[in-house]
This record gives sequence, structure tokens and C-alpha cells, in this order.
Amino acid sequence: MGRPGDGDMTTRARGLRNLRAALAPVAAGVCVMAATAAVLVPVLGGGPAPRPAPYGTHSARADAAAADCTPANAAASLRPSPADGPTVDKIKERGRLIVGVDQNTYRWGYRNPATGDLEGFDIALARAIAEDILGPDPKISFRAIPTSQRIPALQKRTVDLVVRTMTINCARKRQVAFSTAYFQGGQQVLAPTNSRITGFDDSLKDKRVCTAAGSTGETRLTEERHGARVVTVPNQLDCLVRLQLGEADAVVTDNALAAAQAAQDPTVQLKGKPFTDEPYGVAVNRDDTDLVRRVNQVLEDYRQGGGESRWMAAYRKWLQADLPGISKAPEPQYSD
Amino acid sequence: MSNPQTGAAPPSGRAPSPGLSSAGSGTFAGSGSAAGSSLASGTGTGTGVGRRRTAWADGVDQLRAAATTEPGRLRIIGAVLAFLVVAFGAATAWQVTDRATAARDVVEHSQPLSADAANIYRSLADADTTAAGGFLAGGKETQATRDRYEADIAMAARLLAKASSNTSGSDTAARQIAKLNSLLPRYTGLIETARTNNRQGLPLGGAYLRYANAQMRGELLPAARELYVAETARLGEDYDSAKAWPWLALSAGVVALGALVWAQRRNYRRTNRLFNYGLLAATTASAVVLLWLAVGHSVARAGLNTSYEDGARSLNVLNEARIDALQARGDENLTLIARGAVVTKDQQDFYEVGYRTGMKDLAGAGRGDAAAADGKLGSALALADDDAGRRPVQEAVETVRQWQARHAEARAADDQGDYDRALAMVIGGDTATGQSFDRVDTQLARALDHEQQQLRRAADDGRGALTGLVTGAVVLALLGATGAVLGIGRRLSEYR
Repeated sequence: MGRPGDGDMTTRARGLRNLRAALAPVAAGVCVMAATAAVLVPVLGGGPAPRPAPYGTHSARADAAAADCTPANAAASLRPSPADGPTVDKIKERGRLIVGVDQNTYRWGYRNPATGDLEGFDIALARAIAEDILGPDPKISFRAIPTSQRIPALQKRTVDLVVRTMTINCARKRQVAFSTAYFQGGQQVLAPTNSRITGFDDSLKDKRVCTAAGSTGETRLTEERHGARVVTVPNQLDCLVRLQLGEADAVVTDNALAAAQAAQDPTVQLKGKPFTDEPYGVAVNRDDTDLVRRVNQVLEDYRQGGGESRWMAAYRKWLQADLPGISKAPEPQYSD
Repeated sequence: MSNPQTGAAPPSGRAPSPGLSSAGSGTFAGSGSAAGSSLASGTGTGTGVGRRRTAWADGVDQLRAAATTEPGRLRIIGAVLAFLVVAFGAATAWQVTDRATAARDVVEHSQPLSADAANIYRSLADADTTAAGGFLAGGKETQATRDRYEADIAMAARLLAKASSNTSGSDTAARQIAKLNSLLPRYTGLIETARTNNRQGLPLGGAYLRYANAQMRGELLPAARELYVAETARLGEDYDSAKAWPWLALSAGVVALGALVWAQRRNYRRTNRLFNYGLLAATTASAVVLLWLAVGHSVARAGLNTSYEDGARSLNVLNEARIDALQARGDENLTLIARGAVVTKDQQDFYEVGYRTGMKDLAGAGRGDAAAADGKLGSALALADDDAGRRPVQEAVETVRQWQARHAEARAADDQGDYDRALAMVIGGDTATGQSFDRVDTQLARALDHEQQQLRRAADDGRGALTGLVTGAVVLALLGATGAVLGIGRRLSEYR
């Protein structure tokens, strides 16, 4: 229900979309349309049948950004703003922030079995965003969403944000909007401490290398096999099981996830250097530019204070032990 | 055929057949042997001395010679009648023993083995489901859950040991038992690793549990299922051999009776005497054995058919239903453990899809109150032949519907991000899906128990119909043979 193109879309909205198409190149027209659409956007969760605005209503600028997206500027986002836009208003009205997270990535987003609560670097950031929007002790609904559901969940608006070790890239920017990078990750090799494997190189020859099906790791291993035999599993954490059971010799995955694996097994470690550049961002529906700016504002505050920033505190608490050597948060890039 | 006799006496074409005289000597007492010797001396002519001939040729010649005189013919007839009646008795005893053994195997051997295999299958599925449930409860795993898992594993191991010592001949069964024996310790090892990691708060525990579950559903359960199928096939074979018509005994009976009737008719034609009491007794005895055999076997067959149709098939379907329920429950638990870590090709949650498949198999595609005919519970209901059998299945259908409704609520809560509420709805108290599942399992166990008793009772009734038939057949056949010989002996005595 409520998806664009559904039969229940009003004729008026369809007319407006056509009108908008005609006016699209005109900057002033875009502004007028944005204002009109803001009024038309139904309040999420406010009515019996919440109906998202047609795509593109708010994202004229985002479209432009996606169009000239290059790997170099992919992490660039909209300028921060503490102002409340329509999406932020909706969240406030609802009194609850809905965040898509992972629950299987140790140190990032995982459920502490002792308390049953979700914890980790991603979760801490989601809480900081919720506190900024809703005030102290905010209500947050965490939804564990699988990797493949991160973008659909935003498009279907089952979540407001996705904070889930999600890499910013141009392909994804065409579908969702991202905040500035809150972590600089990259694919890396994980292997037993005493293994002769030295990194993503020919030391992988004839080794069984495990990676998650459909992941960047699998793509990179297809491009550059280094003589390795690739073992694919449904989830990156399954690779550590294979490694421990002697069914794999090494794992290729994001260093953040690899570090999460190393944190659960002291006999494995990250090998070599990250061989891809993967900035992590908070993903938002492309229409919600006000929310993107608001999240970027939170990130500005989060990074504030150098070595004493909240970002560094979270890093020290969750990541430093297995991902040492980081002294500050990644620098934000802005596109406007 | 006694060679010494043919060797010592000059080969005589008219001498009575040695076989005949020896058959006669036992029962004819004095008169038979006296008649035999008088005959031999009276008719012996002697052929070429010194020419060696085979015993067979001698015998045939003697028989041919004997058949030329009425006493000779009578001796042959008497011997053949006695032989036919004894052969009939022996065939009956042999074939009925065979069927009684098969029927006993059904009740005492293959059915218990098939039930054990079903229990291995169920224990393994139950262990997996219980492990997932305990894992979901995390630090709050109860002693009862732990005990149930341990009991399941112990039961599976014990029954596997028993099955391996009882299984004979079937390669498939032996292979599956060996496979299960090697996989079970590996599985329990994975579960313990999952548990240890979970207690330390490591998400790796969940990955181990999913791996263990994949082993269970990909390796152990299929092997257990094949073992169950193999043992059940053997049960089916035992049923078939117990139910097979004893054609040889029946034909022998018909031939013996026919021969007796012919002999009496011949007797009547030659002597104009209506009754020969000996032959009449032999006929009566043979007829009684034949009737007893036909009726006894029919009753046994009917009993075994009932046992198979009402019992074994119901047990099969109910066992499958129970496994379906267990797997659906396991998947329900795993959905909350994996939380989207594993998806199907079309991006649906792997375990939620598994739950739906299990439920569809169990209760059909619909959600209505009635059991869909294409579900296992629908089949079980159709196969149940009395109220006591139907009631627990009907209750199970109702409970499954309740389970489905509760599951939908739990899913809705989880989809809204309310994990704690979803968890409480799955492993919580009286209103949780776990309670619905437990009730379905208990109800199916009751239905299984009932069908097991029915099968046993019907099979026992069937077996009862064969009681005494072997002894009766032997005694009556001997009496019949004696009667035949005496009856012919009475005629023979008239030639003295």
C-alpha cells in the first residue's frame, strides 16, 4: 500500500507530477513544487493509510548530486542544518524514531544476550540522532533488517533511518540519500593469527576464502581471485564459523565486520591493509532532505571535540580493541 | 526305494513296489506284509539274471506290474492318498508357520523398529527445536529446556544403538544408522559451541546455531527420515508376507480332497459300497484342515489389513505431522534468532518461509477452522476411523489455527521493531506460540499412542486367528493319512 504508482494515488497528485515534470528545469518552479508537495505529503503514521509523496518531490538537488556522482565525491552530503523540516516534524509528532539496524554485528549492532538490548557503535549513533530530534530518553524502535532489505525498507518507509554499516556508493545514492561518512571502512582480509596469509594478495593462492554471497567481497574476489578458492555463505558471520571449523582459511569482508569477527575470536586478526574505500553513512529516504541535514548536524556535534569527542568515546568503547590506530572521525564532505 | 531288496532278490517285474510295501508296513501291520509276500511269491516270474538295471527302472517296472492287479493298484492308491494328505498337512503347517512368523515380526519386530526410527527422527527434530528455544531465552534458559534437549539427544543415541543391533539385512538402514552415529556428536558439539558463545554475548553463537540447524535439516533429519522409510518398508514387507495367500497349501488341500473323492467314487463303482469309513475320515479331516486354513487365514488377513490400513498408515501420517510441527516451531524460533541474517532468493526471511512451508504441510494452505485435506492433519483425520482417534487430531487442528494467529501477532510485533514483545509472544507464558506448539505436540502424541494401540490390537487379533492351525493341520493330516491307509487296507484285506 501507499507505494508510488499504486492505483489509489489521487488524480491531483498525478497532475502535479506531470506539472512538475514540465517545470523541472526551472529552479523557481522546483521551489514552488517543493512547498506544494510538503503540504501534500501525508504525515507518516498519522492517517490510516500513510501515502508517501512521489519520488523526487524533495530531491531535485539529490538527483543532481547522484547524476555527477563519482567514487571520489560519493561521500559528499547536504550541508547540516538543525532546522525541523516536514520529516523531522513527522518523527516528532509520532514521538518515536524508527531505525533499521543490524543485530548480528558485534561491536556495531548486536543484541547483548545478558540484557536483551541492542548495543554497538551504530546503535550509539542512532541513539544520538534520536536524542537530538526527540530530546532525552527518546523512544526508538530498532528493526533488525537484513542487508538486502536496507534500501527497500527506506523506500517503503518502514524505517526513518538505516544505521547499519552501510557503504556509501553511487549506485545506492541513486536509490537513497546518505549522511556524511561516519566511519571510513574498507574490505580487508581476516585470517588466523598464525596463518601465512599476508593480505589481499597472492598469499591467498589455493586457500579457501570465505565471503558473504552478494557482498562487495565476492565481487572483488571475482575480479581478482589471487588463486583462492571462494566459499560463499549467507551471512558474513557464517565465515567465522567456517574458519573455526576448518572449512575456510581466510575471510574477506568489510574491516568493520572483520574487526567484529576478530573481537569474538582472539586467534584471528586482520591482515594487510584495507583494499577498498568504503565510507559508512546513515541512509535516509531520498525525499527526506531535512532529515539528511539534521543527521549531518548531529554528526557535526558528534565529531566535535577532537580526541574528546563523543565519536571518539564511542570508538574507544566499541571498536578500538580490534580496529586500533584511529585518532579522529572522518572529515565530512559537502556537496552544496 | 531300497536297493538291498532289489539287489538280493532276483529282479522281478511283478514284485510290489518297495516304496509301497514300506509305506504299507507301518500301518497295515501284519496283514499288509503277509499279503505282500504272498503276492511276491505268487507272481514272481524272473527276467534275465545278471543283467544290471537301474533302481529307477526296477521301480517303474514293479509299479507297472503292480498296477496290473487290483491289490497292486489299491496299494498304489493308498500310498498316493496317504502321501497327498500328509503333503497337504505339511504344506499347511509350513506356510501357516511362515505367515504366523511374519505376523509376529510385524508386532514384535518391524513395527517396534519402525516406531523407534520414528522416535529417532522426532527426537532429533525436537532436540533442534528445543536448542533454538533455549538459545532464544539466552541467559534465562530454563532447566526444563536444557533437560528436554539432553533427553532428546540421549533418546536418539540409545535408539540408534538399539536399531543398529536389530537391523538385519537392510543396507539402507545400516548406512543411515552409521551416518547418524557419526553426525550426532558433531551436531551436539556445534550446539555447545553456539551456547558457549551466546553466554559470552557473542553474536557468533547465533551463527553456530544456524550452522547446527543447517546440519540438522540438511544431513541428520534426511538420514533419520530414510531410516524411518526403510524400517517402515520392512514393516510393509512383513505385512505383505503375513497376508500372502498360502496358495501351495490350498492347492495341496484341493488336490488331496479331489483324490480322496475320486478314490471313494472308484470304490463305490467297484464294490457298490457307499462308504469306506477310513477314506471318509480322511476326507473329513482334509476338508476340516482346508476350511480352517481358508477361514483362519482370511480372518488373520482381515485383522492385519485393519492393522495396516487403520494403524500403520495413520502412524505414518501422524509421525510426519509431528515432524512438520517441530520444524515449523524450530523455524519460528530461528526467525527471531537470525533476524534476517539469512534470506531466500526472493529476499524473504529464510526461516519465516520455512515456518510457512511447515505449517502448510501440516494444516494445508488455508487458515480456516477445518483441516485442509491436503495437509498432514487433514490426511490423519481422514485415516482416523474412530472418535478416540479423531478427537486429538481435531484438537490439534484447532490448536494449529491458534498457533498461526499468535504467530501472525508475533511477526507483526517484530516487524514493528518491538523485539521484546515478539519474543514474549513466541517463548513467553500461556499465550505464547510455544504453548500452542507444545499442545499440538501433546495432542499428536496422544493420537499416535491411540493408533499404536489400534495397530497392535488388530494385528494381535489377526495373529490369534492362526493359533492352533499348525498343530491342528499336522494332527488332522496324520489322522487323515491313517484313515486313507486303513480304508484302502480294508479293501485289500478282501483279496486275501
